[in-house]
Amino acid sequence: MSAPALSSDAVIGLDSARFAQHLSQRAYLPAWWLEAKKAAFNQFNALPMPSRTDETWRFSNLKGIDISGFTLPEDPATQIPNHTRFPQTAEIVFSNRQVVGRSTVPAELAAKGVIFAPLDEALKTHGDIVKQYFQKHPASLGSEKFVALNTAFTSSGALLYVPADVEVALPFVVQHTLTGENVAAFPHTIVVLGPRAKATLVEFFISGGAANERQLAAGVNDLHAAEGAQLTYVGAQHWSANTLAFQVNSIVAERDARVLSLNLHLGGRQCRHESNSRLLGPGAHSEMLALTVATGAQEFDQRTLQTHVAPHTTSNLLYKNALLDTAKTIFSGLIIVEPDAQKTDAYQKNRNLMLSDTAEAHSLPGLEIQANDVKCSHGSTSARIDAEQEFYLRARGINPVETRRLLVAAFFEEVLEKLENEDLHVALTGLIASQFKR
Amino acid sequence: MSSLEIRSLYVALAATPDKPIVKGLDLTIKTGEVHAIMGPNGTGKSTLSKAIAGHPDYVITSGDVLLDGKSILEMEPDERARAGLFLAFQYPSEIPGVSIANFLRAAVQARLAEGEELDATAYYKRLYSKMDLLKIDRKFTSRSVNEGFSGGEKKRCEILQMAMLEPKFSLMDETDSGLDIDALRIVAEGVNTLKGGELGVLLITHYQRLLNYIVPDFVHVMYDGRIVKSGDKSLALELEAKGYDWVKTELAAATA
Repeated sequence: MSAPALSSDAVIGLDSARFAQHLSQRAYLPAWWLEAKKAAFNQFNALPMPSRTDETWRFSNLKGIDISGFTLPEDPATQIPNHTRFPQTAEIVFSNRQVVGRSTVPAELAAKGVIFAPLDEALKTHGDIVKQYFQKHPASLGSEKFVALNTAFTSSGALLYVPADVEVALPFVVQHTLTGENVAAFPHTIVVLGPRAKATLVEFFISGGAANERQLAAGVNDLHAAEGAQLTYVGAQHWSANTLAFQVNSIVAERDARVLSLNLHLGGRQCRHESNSRLLGPGAHSEMLALTVATGAQEFDQRTLQTHVAPHTTSNLLYKNALLDTAKTIFSGLIIVEPDAQKTDAYQKNRNLMLSDTAEAHSLPGLEIQANDVKCSHGSTSARIDAEQEFYLRARGINPVETRRLLVAAFFEEVLEKLENEDLHVALTGLIASQFKR
Repeated sequence: MSSLEIRSLYVALAATPDKPIVKGLDLTIKTGEVHAIMGPNGTGKSTLSKAIAGHPDYVITSGDVLLDGKSILEMEPDERARAGLFLAFQYPSEIPGVSIANFLRAAVQARLAEGEELDATAYYKRLYSKMDLLKIDRKFTSRSVNEGFSGGEKKRCEILQMAMLEPKFSLMDETDSGLDIDALRIVAEGVNTLKGGELGVLLITHYQRLLNYIVPDFVHVMYDGRIVKSGDKSLALELEAKGYDWVKTELAAATA
């Protein structure tokens, strides 16, 4: 069976005319950026849609990937749903493509050179930084066409730049809100931490309107931790129940840097998430975490790559899925150890909690080792809820829905506690709990 | 005053419904009373308590259980609990990742009306006072439910839950098993402060020892799925002195 044939002409609203308009509205931005967008738009049109024969799309519902009929939202929504509040350093809130809320970076941090700005503004004021890190290391895990679409149309997203030796305790927050029928979002966020810097960025992806609005989201991140930096990134996705979403993370850790990424997947109809960690210097570590609550007929398709380039690098991946109803998850992960990366210590684990007999979890772990002195392992498990635990909670008067919520929270706890941030932990737990309302 | 009536109850494992374990058991408990069911291992004591609580492994093949005159058999386990039943487990489940505080909070919240929010300050105040009563360290609240607990800690945690949930009837399944004397005394003190006017207790035990600390109003001997002898607390002492073989012999003589 072949994939549905889709030419760019079928992409009503995101066609050449709309792209030309998008570009002309951004004439004030650097020429290199506009050129990159043009190249990306051409690449988007040139690249084929995913097909059955693509190993990177194995098990994915290709029929569900219908990107036609979407357009860019013109106006911000009047009502913006708010994520759970928690202590933060600064925040940028997008409604559709416009910044509707923004708190300034504290003067003391600004004086040290911390930059936190919407992408279009950062392109004007700090174009050199954006240019240096924008898609420097593309993830290349199958969604190249949608990454190209993102580059072509992106205008929302942010740059967070924290210079050497600056540590920021409280998280920076970027919220993307998409409201409207048949509209698309193309967020692109770049986080750059200088040597020995430390910071956390939390990004929310939320639909603002009716629960069933048909939407498209194609988001990209570039996360870069220079020598000895400690970067924490949290992406919390709660798109509408009829959203087709792609999100592509690119993570780079240089010598002795430590990156923790945690992606929380709740909303959407069909969501593809790709994450590629590159460990470029000795002592670098990447902690790759994901939590998914898959309900109804949702599909979550997660593809990962842990690339060990330098010796003495470590990575630990833990993706946990809770599956209900007829939901489907796909996890496909690969660890690549390059020839120079001796003494690599890499771990990859996908754990699925099956709360329904009709849910479907696919797991495709993989190793590709080109060095001879390494420690690598992977594993995947699928388990049902423990019947005795379930009865114990029910015997205390806790109803079936709340019992499931508690047992899923228990299953997720191992991942959430790695954040070592109680406020954020509580906020994410609250977001997860919202999936278990009767 | 509330009542829990067990009428001609037959219970089997759901997997083998034609092999009854409890075989026509009758018993009525009123709030304020403490009943002890004693009996040899394998006689159906634990099966009885789990079936009343609604454990899915067991099926009630005939008879009824009435709480204040209303059958509970069509109720889900959580509905039975909210109606006022409490099962103190012989082997409480460990639930890594769920803290005692969150677990009890969910259980207390479950008893509030739809839309009513728990008063967190009052909840913690009450929780801490009950913990003090049961000599449970307050640090326990952040620990996962029963995870890595000693036998005594698990049983105290059961009593803490009972204290917080204020049931009408508590079915205590071998609460004394695995406890040393100190732990037994603390657990018994806890039960003793809770029993009385508002609570009826069904103590299931193999040993008389517990009854030195929690004095029953009635003692029943269970054998082969039925109550074969009932009496006051002196029956427990008689059993201790003569052993269960005495009951078996007496029963054999009666049916001969």
